[in-house]
Amino acid sequence: MAMALANNGVNVQALLDAREALKGAPGATAFTWRATCKWQNGTYSKTNVKGFFGLGQEQSHKTETSFEADHPEIFAAEDRGITPIEYVLVGLASCLTAGIAAVAQNRGVQLNSVESQLEGKMDIRGILGMDSDVRNGYDDIKVTFKIDADAPRKEIEAIVAQSQKRSAVYDIISNPVNVTVEVA
Amino acid sequence: MIGAGHAGLAASRVLGDRSIDHVVLERGEVANSWRHERWNSLRLLTPNWQSRLPGHAYGGPDPDGYMTAGEVAGFITNYAALSNAPVRTGTAVTSLTRDGDGYRLLTSGGEIDARTVVIASGACNLPHVPALRAALPASIAQFTTFDYRKPDDLPDGGVMVVGPSATGLQLAAEIHHSGRPVTISVGEHVRLPRVYRGRDVLWWMDRSGVWNQRYDEIDDLTRARRLPSPQLVGTPERTTLDLNALGSMGVQIVGRLSTVRDGRALLSGSLRNMFALADLKMERLLDTFDEWAAAHPREADGPAPERFEPTRVPQSSPLQLDLRDGRIRSVVWATGYRPDYRWLDVPVLDEKGHLRHDGGVVDSPGLYALGLPVLRRRKSTFIHGIEDDARDVIDHLAGYLAAAQRA
Repeated sequence: MAMALANNGVNVQALLDAREALKGAPGATAFTWRATCKWQNGTYSKTNVKGFFGLGQEQSHKTETSFEADHPEIFAAEDRGITPIEYVLVGLASCLTAGIAAVAQNRGVQLNSVESQLEGKMDIRGILGMDSDVRNGYDDIKVTFKIDADAPRKEIEAIVAQSQKRSAVYDIISNPVNVTVEVA
Repeated sequence: MIGAGHAGLAASRVLGDRSIDHVVLERGEVANSWRHERWNSLRLLTPNWQSRLPGHAYGGPDPDGYMTAGEVAGFITNYAALSNAPVRTGTAVTSLTRDGDGYRLLTSGGEIDARTVVIASGACNLPHVPALRAALPASIAQFTTFDYRKPDDLPDGGVMVVGPSATGLQLAAEIHHSGRPVTISVGEHVRLPRVYRGRDVLWWMDRSGVWNQRYDEIDDLTRARRLPSPQLVGTPERTTLDLNALGSMGVQIVGRLSTVRDGRALLSGSLRNMFALADLKMERLLDTFDEWAAAHPREADGPAPERFEPTRVPQSSPLQLDLRDGRIRSVVWATGYRPDYRWLDVPVLDEKGHLRHDGGVVDSPGLYALGLPVLRRRKSTFIHGIEDDARDVIDHLAGYLAAAQRA
């Protein structure tokens, strides 16, 4: 019964249908996500995102989005945008949240509200080159969800666990990925 | 029939009862894998009272005990003799091809033509080892579950066991007891207590009906068929061997081995979620048992429901291990098994190398399979699960033969 009533605004049936359809089309599952970045001044840059590749052809977002990044004033910068490492939290939060909505929909659980707080801990001795034993990036990330849903706590915990299992951003944060940076 | 393990012999018995002429081809001896391809301390995960095959059951003095691999081999060999099964030992199938309405088998003992063939050669013929094994430094000695027999086969020094299945946990524990420092790398796993409410947890799987769940009623069958074996060990003390038990012994628990780069093992930071998934799934299963118990108070007359401590997250868990600093000298891959179909020349394998079949009815007329995980039911994976599967599959096979005769 819950299945018919829950509406989190995720078209799970379309996703399940796509999974079936893609079984017979191995090439179509290869996606490339893109961004272009342009230095402005100091530590300030603008990154634009619009096109991507998937389902065998060029795709495009409805509109182009621009993201401004900078460093805060305590780093002697002008703080014209959030720091790049905060964008990582943006990516993780939105990825897990989307996953929770989709998994809850698939399990027939109505969500009333989903809020989360993220904390990434980092020792800046790494990026300042003060101590080569300290890594540059986060050494600990904590996400705390506050979820109001028509389900018992255990079921909500299971939805959150499953969303981590299926999250692309959680995966690339918790597992290594090959990175190539070159000069064209 | 290809294979004289529990599956092939059970099906042979069912065929014999229906007077269907057949032969059981066995590459080695009866129960070959149990005799030659497992480690010394292996015992069944299922208690003796569950060791039953069509027309045969455990009759010994210890129904709650767990057979050693040697005892399993004896049990199966005894069954072959009792059933008078037409087994040809030392007869390896080197090729199976479609030939007209039937099949042609090339074997080390000559050619055989058959109208139908049942593949019962097992799901665990070869170790499944991830490709990143090639990236390990040459100084690390590598073992699979086929090379490993006992802890003293390993060099002295630290050991990394990869994989949190029943196999991985059992080997981690016995290697730790040999005095070698052990690190176990943990991805997705299935956690179970050995005893729940005073009874073997597999008693609950059996009685509550979980094990009888049919393959066509399971939401994600692909996942169910790929699940690692539950974290269980069969010991006379009926101890629970989970990650908390390993942690208490002093085994280091680390995340899934993601890759090896510059001689360093890079480990996943997903350990907490791996624990959460396994703990939640175990609790859901125990809820199912409790619901069944509440509805069947006369059968479930033991102690009240209980819950277990969540898997403890290690204080600190490294994300990298230097494989060149000498602290880890060997790696044991407990990363699963796969079937060996190199002899199979009928196009019935999917892109992952698994048989395409619907409950044991393979995607080629007259070809069948038995003895694979969750073939027709959750219990198919276990010895006692073969009886219902064998009857169903042989029913289909007999119908196929009868239809062919009418045509």
